[in-house]
Amino acid sequence: FSLLSLAVNVDLQTDGTLQVDISDALSERDKVKFTVHTKSTLPSFKQNEFSVVRQHEEFIWLHDSFVENEEYAGYIIPPAPPRPDFDASREKLQKLGEGEGSMTKEEFTKMKQELEAEYLAIFKKTVAMHEVFLCRVAAHPVLRKDLNFHVFLEYNQDLSVRGKNKKEKLEDFFKNVVKSADGVLVAGVKDVDDFFEHEKTFLLEYHNRVKDASAKSDRMIRSHKSAADDINRIASTLYTLGTQDSTDVCKFFLKVSELFEKTRKIEARVAADEDLKLADLLKYYLRESQAAKDLLYRRGRALVDYENANKALDKARAKNKDVLQAETTQQICCQKFEKISESAKQELIDFKTRRVAAFRKNLVELAELELKHAKVTSPHLLLVKN
Amino acid sequence: MTAMKTRAAVIRPNGGRGSHDRPGASRLGPASHRREKMAAERDPPPPGDAGQARFGEAEDGEDLFVGAVGALESNPSSPEPASLPAEDISANSNGPKLVDSFLDDDPDDLFAEATEEVSLDSPEREPILSDGPSPAITPIMAPRIDSTLFDQALEEEEDNGDTFDICISVSDPEKVGDGMNAYMAYKVTTKTSLSVFSQNELSVRRRFSDFLGLHSKLASKYMHSGYIVPPAPEKSIVGMTKVKVGKEDSSSTEFVEKRRSALERYLMRTVKHPVMLKDPNVLQFLESSELPRAVSTQALSGAGILRMVNKAADAVNKMTIKMNESDAWFEEKQQQFENLDAQFRKLHASVESLVCHRKELSLNTASFAKSAAMLGNSEDHTALSRALSQLAEMEEKMEQLHMDQAYADFYLFAELLGDYVRLLTAVKGVFDQRMKTWSKWQDAQLMLQRKREAEAKLQYANKPDKLQQAKDEIKEEIVEWEGKVQQGERDFEQISKTIRKELGRFEKERVKDFKSVIIKYLESLVQTQQQLIKYWEAFLPEAKAIA
Repeated sequence: FSLLSLAVNVDLQTDGTLQVDISDALSERDKVKFTVHTKSTLPSFKQNEFSVVRQHEEFIWLHDSFVENEEYAGYIIPPAPPRPDFDASREKLQKLGEGEGSMTKEEFTKMKQELEAEYLAIFKKTVAMHEVFLCRVAAHPVLRKDLNFHVFLEYNQDLSVRGKNKKEKLEDFFKNVVKSADGVLVAGVKDVDDFFEHEKTFLLEYHNRVKDASAKSDRMIRSHKSAADDINRIASTLYTLGTQDSTDVCKFFLKVSELFEKTRKIEARVAADEDLKLADLLKYYLRESQAAKDLLYRRGRALVDYENANKALDKARAKNKDVLQAETTQQICCQKFEKISESAKQELIDFKTRRVAAFRKNLVELAELELKHAKVTSPHLLLVKN
Repeated sequence: MTAMKTRAAVIRPNGGRGSHDRPGASRLGPASHRREKMAAERDPPPPGDAGQARFGEAEDGEDLFVGAVGALESNPSSPEPASLPAEDISANSNGPKLVDSFLDDDPDDLFAEATEEVSLDSPEREPILSDGPSPAITPIMAPRIDSTLFDQALEEEEDNGDTFDICISVSDPEKVGDGMNAYMAYKVTTKTSLSVFSQNELSVRRRFSDFLGLHSKLASKYMHSGYIVPPAPEKSIVGMTKVKVGKEDSSSTEFVEKRRSALERYLMRTVKHPVMLKDPNVLQFLESSELPRAVSTQALSGAGILRMVNKAADAVNKMTIKMNESDAWFEEKQQQFENLDAQFRKLHASVESLVCHRKELSLNTASFAKSAAMLGNSEDHTALSRALSQLAEMEEKMEQLHMDQAYADFYLFAELLGDYVRLLTAVKGVFDQRMKTWSKWQDAQLMLQRKREAEAKLQYANKPDKLQQAKDEIKEEIVEWEGKVQQGERDFEQISKTIRKELGRFEKERVKDFKSVIIKYLESLVQTQQQLIKYWEAFLPEAKAIA
């Protein structure tokens, strides 16, 4: 499953010095084990090529460590990959197993194949998401040097990262609440810099709309898949009708059944392509735009801190008390703010470039695939008609 | 035998139908004789003589013809047009002959009788089934008639042109009245070159209960003889109420459209049946501008009647009849139809689900299109923004496309399947009728047995005075029951034959119907795909233009 076919990974400046990919993955009962493979000429690594096995929780740990690191406040942290979710697929497989008695053998095998293909598709997607995350980190000039990242890539023992327990999850929850409240506050502060002000409004609106579009595209694709499932059922019923005996009627039914089978395959493929090119694209940019918003939030926070520090300094100067302390605080805030601003600007510009390129690539590919499918279907249909 | 043939030949060219108002006989013609025999009411002439006797009457009947026709016309309760040509008669011969058709007010005339007799007495039944000159004249007729008549028959056939040259359309649904008493009136247009009809193009207005009335009349007339009567569309309280109340939304227009197309298919299917086509009820339905209001349709719909019949039949079956199926063909067919029924139901359900999902898809595509447009608006990179708006527009068009496809799926396929599910119920009903007929026959045989035993007992009894009377009585009864047994056997054979024919027709029609629907469906699919190609091709350069 080549990385390039994934929607989102475009224009990453991969140079030879650090290349990361997921060469293998194993799906066990309730977890997935990814084999992370690294090729590097950087001196900081002991070898030039090596692999380790990682699980989803370790990816999350890495992501969180970036977020919590003050040094990286000025960068868009690549969004964490979503948790591998095979529940829906597993449920369907289970239901199929239970209903085995009530359908014919052909139907059962067909549906089983379907579900297995679906399972495989979900599996591939989750592998791709994890891979993209790593590649983004590897391509980022600053993040790629992160120590945790290197440990992640190289340390071939288990990182002993456990998932958050209930207490920690609760803490996280509260932290998020506070953060969003704060975010609203911070966003209300008008920015002196036009560029950032514009970006703020833009990102907010964009993020919401991407969310909406993502949800709607998911629904659309689900309907498409249901329709394909129905066609599948029709095809198998027709097949049963056709195999009852060998009269002309039945031969006719068999032919029609074949037709429906083909139609279904194509519809399913169309739905899958839409899913890949459109829905995944939107989902990814939903997460990225959130990450960009987070960046802006951090900057905003820093700005507010800076302004507060200024005010505090003025007050201190006026009272002539703790002036030095206030000055140092103010200095720190100023530095922090300026550092963030500088890198943020570049990050946001990069974000836009990446986004435009990704959309372009995917929309073009989507159109080409759809055309291909439609062109293939027509002759099929004409053939069967005659 | 020859006498009968000639007799048949003679009467035919007169055309018209005769009703023999013999004194003492019921208004129902001589055909009723056999029916009444079944009912064990009258003195029937012995079966062997029956033909003769009746033909004796026929001599008089010829003269009565003119009078009879007159009587017919003035007869208020049988408003059939008197202009029906001879073919009707032959067609009807297989019809309302058998038991329980008290509702049959067709004066089956002697001519029909003759045909019936002739055919059944004939040892060669196979040639009848294998082919006939044309569907309009029942094949039974054909081999029996001597050449002159045969040619004549053919000529009349040719006059009618291709029997299937009849096209019925139901259109212009119009709401009549207001509130809960409102109803939809449909215009029924018949275009035909058949001489059965008085004009080449007829148009009448009918309402839904008229259709149901027609079906119930046909069902009660023909189902017992083993004919597969096309079922009428279902009643729908919810749908109609919405229409009555005047809710002008897409679901009620959809409902009306669905019903209109179902009614059209129903009528076409009915007239395609050679026997039904000649039925006076059908003709009246298509021709006369005023139709007596069908009252019994309030409670029962066509499907309801069928269901009741089937339920009754099932109950009977479960209780007593274990039919000795001597005919493997029937056994096989019955099994086949059971399977077919199950599969069709499944298919119907799947197709309906498909229609539902397509509609859903179309809705979701529409909302996605709006969402994409919004996204395009907020995107500040101009080229990308334009491309996204294009995408949105295109998705909107696709939504329309999907919707159209959904309707194609729906009207073409799902409705046809629904019709066939109902038709299969009718077919099952027909099989049950056959079973009922068989059991009647068996019962008659049993009774005959008993009567014979009683006679034998009397023979050895020692009561000479009452003996003669009793013996005479018993003799009469025996004769009666012998007749019934024979009749039962004949009926059974008849219904079996009819069913065979009907099933053959059904299979052919089924293939034709499905083929035409599937081809239309394919064409619509092809069109959809081509439209899709156009849309995507238009979009591609926009996408590529994102810089």
